[in-house]
Amino acid sequence: MCLIARYLEQRGIPTLVVGTALDILEYGWAPRAVFMDFPLGHGGGPLHDPAMQLAIAREACAAFETLSEPGRIISSARTWPDGDAWKQGASDDGADDVRQPRDLTPRYQLEADRQLAEAAAGD
Amino acid sequence: MSTVEYMRTIREKYNKLGYAPYGWHKAEEAPPWTALTRSLSECRVGMMSTAGTYVAGQEAYFYKDDTSHRAIASNTAIDDLRFSHLTENYLPDARQDANCAFPLEPLRKLADEGVIGGLADNVFSCMGAVYSKRRVDEELAPQMYDAFAAEGVDVAYLVPL
Repeated sequence: MCLIARYLEQRGIPTLVVGTALDILEYGWAPRAVFMDFPLGHGGGPLHDPAMQLAIAREACAAFETLSEPGRIISSARTWPDGDAWKQGASDDGADDVRQPRDLTPRYQLEADRQLAEAAAGD
Repeated sequence: MSTVEYMRTIREKYNKLGYAPYGWHKAEEAPPWTALTRSLSECRVGMMSTAGTYVAGQEAYFYKDDTSHRAIASNTAIDDLRFSHLTENYLPDARQDANCAFPLEPLRKLADEGVIGGLADNVFSCMGAVYSKRRVDEELAPQMYDAFAAEGVDVAYLVPL
């Protein structure tokens, strides 16, 4: 995402990356970034917590106006509602293969999605 | 508790599994900068995620360097959003509540409140697990620039998976 942010910014669109992996954010060095120490997949916030999701978007959007130094990352003070136990699993380098097959087959979340999309493509 | 070292953890995991390492690109130069030309309350905001978000009825993503993107109407019902991404282990919560990875409802609320000037008619997603930096530079990034430019956005809110 940092590559895309830099590309957009270079061509005149101000960007903000709202990420949950600090090391990857630092490596990619986006123009503006907000880091939340949350599990991956939760850049928008915790499950079924609309109040916190809104607060996160509000806090992140404010960074468009408060950040003035290229490449700085704001670390949010927010903490994950259930504590830090999730970090144990995220730091596990055990040999479970969590990736899906890398091929050219579209991977639908639901079988019904496949049927809908194939019907649309057949029109 | 310190932050998770994702790059080290994922490198070690892939090494044990005999996979080629995922090559994050290390930026060597300070990032470019474009200043906002108006206040946020006057900005048309674009949004993009790399979580592999699509709308029911659209084609899903494939997992080998898919550099396509989906345009998603910003008034889409949240329950019509779906996700497909190489690392599906990060998707269970988003698949129950899309706002976890694709904060469409919060941004709509901020537009209603006037905190942001408005949300673009279409927001975007791609499937971020593209192993080729060349293809990000030559295919995905230019495509996303054209898409954001066509929406006339003043700023882009970007959410990596």
